[in-house]
Amino acid sequence: MLTFENVALTQGAFTLSVEDDALPFGRVCVVGPSGCGKSTLLSAIAGFVPVGQGRILWEGRDISGVDPAARPVSMVFQDNNLFPHLSIAQNVALAVEPRLAISAATQRRVDDVLARVGLDGFGARKPAALSGGQQSRAALARVLLADRPVVLLDEPFAALGPGLRHEMLELVKDVLKGKLVMMVTHDPSDAQRFGGSTILIDAGHAARAQDTAAMFADPPEVLKTYLGQ
Amino acid sequence: MAQRAVAIVRFIPGFLTVALVLGLTLGTLVAVIVRAEGFGGLGPGEWSAIRFTLSQAVVSALVSVGFAIPVARALSRRDFWGRSFLITLMGAPFLLPVIVAILGLVAVFGRGGLLNAILASVGVEPASIYGFHGVVLAHVFFNLPLATRMILQGWLAIPAERFRLAASLNAPVGPLLEWPMLRRTVPGALLVIFLICLTSFAVALTLGGGPRATTVELSIYQAVLFDFDLGRAALLACVQFVFCALAAVLAYVASPPAGLGAGLDRVVTRWDGRWAGFDYLWIILAAAFLLIPLGMVLARGLQGLLLVDWPVLAAAWRSTWVALGSTALCVSMALALALWRSRWAQVIGVLPLATSSLVVGTGLFLILFPFVSPRQVALLVTLIINAALALPFAYRIILPAVRASLDDFGRLSAQLGLSGWARFRIVILPRIRRPLGFAAGVAAALSMGDLGVITLFAGEGQATLPLLMYRLMGAYQMDAAAGVGFILVTLSFALFWVFDRGGRVRADV
Repeated sequence: MLTFENVALTQGAFTLSVEDDALPFGRVCVVGPSGCGKSTLLSAIAGFVPVGQGRILWEGRDISGVDPAARPVSMVFQDNNLFPHLSIAQNVALAVEPRLAISAATQRRVDDVLARVGLDGFGARKPAALSGGQQSRAALARVLLADRPVVLLDEPFAALGPGLRHEMLELVKDVLKGKLVMMVTHDPSDAQRFGGSTILIDAGHAARAQDTAAMFADPPEVLKTYLGQ
Repeated sequence: MAQRAVAIVRFIPGFLTVALVLGLTLGTLVAVIVRAEGFGGLGPGEWSAIRFTLSQAVVSALVSVGFAIPVARALSRRDFWGRSFLITLMGAPFLLPVIVAILGLVAVFGRGGLLNAILASVGVEPASIYGFHGVVLAHVFFNLPLATRMILQGWLAIPAERFRLAASLNAPVGPLLEWPMLRRTVPGALLVIFLICLTSFAVALTLGGGPRATTVELSIYQAVLFDFDLGRAALLACVQFVFCALAAVLAYVASPPAGLGAGLDRVVTRWDGRWAGFDYLWIILAAAFLLIPLGMVLARGLQGLLLVDWPVLAAAWRSTWVALGSTALCVSMALALALWRSRWAQVIGVLPLATSSLVVGTGLFLILFPFVSPRQVALLVTLIINAALALPFAYRIILPAVRASLDDFGRLSAQLGLSGWARFRIVILPRIRRPLGFAAGVAAALSMGDLGVITLFAGEGQATLPLLMYRLMGAYQMDAAAGVGFILVTLSFALFWVFDRGGRVRADV
């Protein structure tokens, strides 16, 4: 359970207030116009933006001041998810071996997660030798290996075409079952495909998560404006 | 906390770097000031040196930039066979040992040189390369290419769309696009070259001298070495420091010293300037001015190789290890400063630009003199000072890459718990290999060719290659000097190549 208690995030002149909420395991979309603070919310959960006011808790424990690496969180960024100078296997192994001293046991686990995201046999390649979709899969493999309960996806598939993006969404839904997965998107169709619940952000305010399908069936004013209806 | 671990790794080397740079620049200056005992003693000789230093620097800067403008314009709009070679060559004088270039200039413009042979054949009095115009000539030789590259960068930075727009409007390109660009780039180029000419020592040492062509730096050298008048040397060192500090501040404000950057391969397509011949004339003149002296020194050097003896090889060995040690120190300091993201790091990183090796040398001489004979530590002192003087260049070369590696992968590194040494080894070092190799190459070549502080300290058996060359030239053994010069150039560029290449091989960026 990820809990927001009276949270307000400040970055320069911009402030985002977050409505108190408690998110159980499952899928959560974060939707809103560009620049509304979607990434800021995820960055605060991951520990890159300080929580100015209030508390963020995981399973009742305050994580607001905890170091990013020590949080129960894995994050996939918009870009720069893979080090270009390391092989795919090394990039994935960093999740559990930050000194890159890779044991045979770790190597087996790396091969295993690569197979689960459909990158069997790609371990020795460098990121540049992979397509955009395959790079996204490699980043996902590292999330699997890290095996943390919360996974934050900050528009990681924005650079992919619609077909590939849908494929990746299905893969995420499949392999990340049983975790709390929060995904930022500005594309309503992605949100509907992703399902789960949705946090709508607008005008410096993040609303409570509501069922995605129900929200899009009967959109509130804010979402109507955003959708251009 | 990961952040704190990183901070500690940065802190210790950063602190050592700051201490060393401050000690070498301001510390030696304090030593000099303490010794100078008041500022009342500027005699006519000193005033004359001040006037000469300023006037030659002003004239050198004006002439270099004045000629660089048409050359840069020609290069920006003409594509021809050998263009990229010529532009690369324009980067070479920066790494070329000064003393080698001077030998080349003497071979062309000196008493028995090419130019006088031509003048004599038409019955004109031979011209001398020594004195004011010789110093300016040498400074233009070094700085014309630098100015050309800086201004060429300005030309190529004008977006192609603007030229297309101007052509479609039938508007004159000069006042619309070129003049504003020149107003931005030329002051910076002038100041950088003015600064370089203020601190240049080897040129004045070899081509200047005498009451009417002595720079402040040269006066310091003479005061220490010939008159052993440390008080006067100290006073002159203060004057020199004020000059350099002022010029460095001005240059830093006006524009960053660029000119080392890549990306000059593009040619601007333009719809004006039909008289290509005029452009090619400038290109040919500039190429001849650079290539003929270099060719002369290499040709002579090949013959001079026959005169190479054991002292030369010993000097080559000495120069090489001083250069390698200096490179290691310089690159470590540059890295420490680049990782330490603070305004102070930037100030420390450029501070050595405001000092001259003679001032630093005099200060160290004053500090060390009561304890050890300067000759005992001549090479060590040279190694350290060379590292400090190359620091501004190395720092500027690697800083953007270090910043990019921290900006692009800082979050990912923090997320994965990569901190301290692991972050440096796994994330930063592989991402900055190319600029690191380039910076090491520059530091090695600069140290290899240095003829500054070593002249104050070195005794008989401690000469580096440039000093040996200088002594041979002083004894009019020009062929032997050319042989040493050949070895010196070869070693300098070989070291540069090895480091630069080492950074590029199998670098996945």
